Amino acid sequence: MPVTGSGRRTLWRRAAVTADPDSDLVVRLRAGDEDAFMRLVSRHHDTMTRIARIHVPSDAVAEEVVQDAWLAALRALPDFRGEASFRTWLLAILVKRAQTAGVREHRSVAVEDVERAVDPRRFDAAGAWSTPPARWDEDAESRLDAAALAGPLRRGLTRLPDRQREVVMLRDVDGLSAQEVCGALAISVANQRVLLHRGRSRLRTFVEAELRAQ
Amino acid sequence: MRLGLKPPPISCQEVVELVTAYLDGTLSRRQRRRIDAHLADCVNCSAYLEQMRLVIGAAGALKEEDLTPEMEREFRTVFERSREAETD
Repeated sequence: MPVTGSGRRTLWRRAAVTADPDSDLVVRLRAGDEDAFMRLVSRHHDTMTRIARIHVPSDAVAEEVVQDAWLAALRALPDFRGEASFRTWLLAILVKRAQTAGVREHRSVAVEDVERAVDPRRFDAAGAWSTPPARWDEDAESRLDAAALAGPLRRGLTRLPDRQREVVMLRDVDGLSAQEVCGALAISVANQRVLLHRGRSRLRTFVEAELRAQ
Repeated sequence: MRLGLKPPPISCQEVVELVTAYLDGTLSRRQRRRIDAHLADCVNCSAYLEQMRLVIGAAGALKEEDLTPEMEREFRTVFERSREAETD
């Protein structure tokens, strides 16, 4: 029997798999539909290129690896059983190809890294906020929508350390699951969470500073 | 099991370090309850959490460029090559 807590996560994961957003296109692709193929390529292209680029030394090589992975995926499609989502299956093929082609070394990040989510000087001795988060919605309601945050976010992303940016892009921009990111970058669950946490925290601080300066 | 016992309080500084695990649903039930209890009373941490949600949502809305016509041609070639392999 599953223990409390992890049982719920298993159910959640199963639900995520059954709701594979690619399933209709995959059915059409199995029947040889080229338009379905192009839509799948387009849908996953940024994510695949981003992951490949992490493993190989140039954009050109990354593009080649992505094409290579698609060719391998098309040939292996009869073996795809839908046990994982199509994207998870596709990314596993890509990562294997990228690692073979890749020369860049994996940099693992120490989990005990002391970087804080928020500058410790913003808390009092008891750990309560002394300089609370600046409100983003005081001046104009438009500040709250995603479009208004896009500029500061893009600038913030370029300022993140490579590994944090990679994880944040894959999780939050591309919408990959934690497990998919661990597989794509060959890092542990704990490492993934630390990198995501540091990256998101820095981004929030960066956006806060930019909005305050406006 | 300690159901019914009030969880010990947690500080704002601890909450901001647990936000990612909280949003990912990977905390223990006990930790989650401690954070929920804190958030119910703390406007600053509630604002912080809301801002994190805004950042994550806005990141998900960042649009990337479509495939260039050249890339599209290359992928159509990949598709043809896979078909050739099947009929060999």
